[in-house]
Amino acid sequence: MSSGLKALLQRDLTLAFRNRGELTNPLVFFLMVIAMVPLGVSPESKVLANLAAGMIWVVALLATLLSLDSLFRNDFDDGSLEQILISPHPLYFIVLVKVFVHWLVTGLPLALISPLLGVMLFLPDAGFVPLCLSLLMGTAVLSLIGAIGAALTVALRKGGLLLSLIIMPLYVPVLIFGASVVRTAIDGFPVAGELAVLGAFLAMAIVLAPIAAAGALRISVNG
Amino acid sequence: MAWQWFYRMGSPRWFYEKTDRWIPWLALVTALLLGTGFVWALGFAPADAKQGNSYRIMYLHVPAAFLALAGYYVMAIAGAIGLIWKMKLSDMVMKAAAPIGAALTFLVLVTGAIWGKPTWGTWWVWDARNTSMLLLLFLYLGVMALQNAYQHQGTADRASAILALVGTVNIPIIYKSVDWWYTLHQPATLKLTSESTIHVSMLYPLFIMIAGFYCFYALVLIFYTRLEIVQRERRTQWVSALVEGAK
Repeated sequence: MSSGLKALLQRDLTLAFRNRGELTNPLVFFLMVIAMVPLGVSPESKVLANLAAGMIWVVALLATLLSLDSLFRNDFDDGSLEQILISPHPLYFIVLVKVFVHWLVTGLPLALISPLLGVMLFLPDAGFVPLCLSLLMGTAVLSLIGAIGAALTVALRKGGLLLSLIIMPLYVPVLIFGASVVRTAIDGFPVAGELAVLGAFLAMAIVLAPIAAAGALRISVNG
Repeated sequence: MAWQWFYRMGSPRWFYEKTDRWIPWLALVTALLLGTGFVWALGFAPADAKQGNSYRIMYLHVPAAFLALAGYYVMAIAGAIGLIWKMKLSDMVMKAAAPIGAALTFLVLVTGAIWGKPTWGTWWVWDARNTSMLLLLFLYLGVMALQNAYQHQGTADRASAILALVGTVNIPIIYKSVDWWYTLHQPATLKLTSESTIHVSMLYPLFIMIAGFYCFYALVLIFYTRLEIVQRERRTQWVSALVEGAK
């Protein structure tokens, strides 16, 4: 079992790095939208510092949503998804591997460049580490939940917008706790409790989301 | 033997013919309950000490909120039955439940806004219950959008059933997170376990309205399901016979 999954991991990572353009798109989007905030709201540092935590989180959520459509799309189009489905490996782990690669190439970079965006929006010093930590865990939950939406809409030609519509309400708890980790830290309170809740979301999403996504994939492929 | 009715429920035709006989009775009960409730609530229940007569919109708002939430579970359970036992009828019920639930959720938001204007002085407050209801509306709209996106009805049913089930797991989490985040609202007044903080003279008409709304929901759900049955089974003989008979 593990050799098959390892091969899948290698294949997906290779595919991701051969398509470097697609790899950086969510990051550029993240950067551009954040650059729009001072232009649209106000360049004043006080106003931006207030908005920073929530804004960075909302944009990270949108960037993840935009990148999700391609999670199963290419495999579906060239037929390899069908081959993966009939392989002897449990679909649960296959989905988990694919989501892990997706997080590695979108969520992780988003979390890593978030301090830069924090500087652009005058995020108070106390917020930087919690922002990174909450995004690291939070984007993994976003990828896992989003995989369900991607699996449900993969058979549709224009799935992108629909995917966002059906998944966004499910992102609310992650957004609430993710943004509040940063805000609590800025206010000078301990954030361990809220990070633990995010961790709980992550644990639950790892257990449950691939089951739903696997079921959805079967429906999408077999009709 | 005991489970025979359950298997029979799988047949849309059986359901259609049975409900033919149920509808007049259910409609009568609904009309009686809603009629009594409305007259009692609007005419005889005492005016509120602080809110005056404006609180009476509660008699629409609260029952609609009950049904908006219950409706999601009706939809999700019907979807699960459709997924597990491949029961045609329950797929149809699931599809029928989505727009009804969305409409009720919308009604809750509208009546809430109308109630909020005189009591809080604003149409909308970003508090826990308003926000949860708005998110519930989004969940309903998502299921409806997914239903409409697929050409093939069977795929649409199964895909939206999965989405409804995922939503069911998420609703308590969403509700609790929003609750945690929330700012201002009066605490929940209607609890079945402890003594309620609203007076009985206001409570009895509310119970009647809630019961009336449940019956109304069942009635509308049956109508929508029947519509769905006729539409999907239009190529069968019994539907043709039905249409011929109606002419």
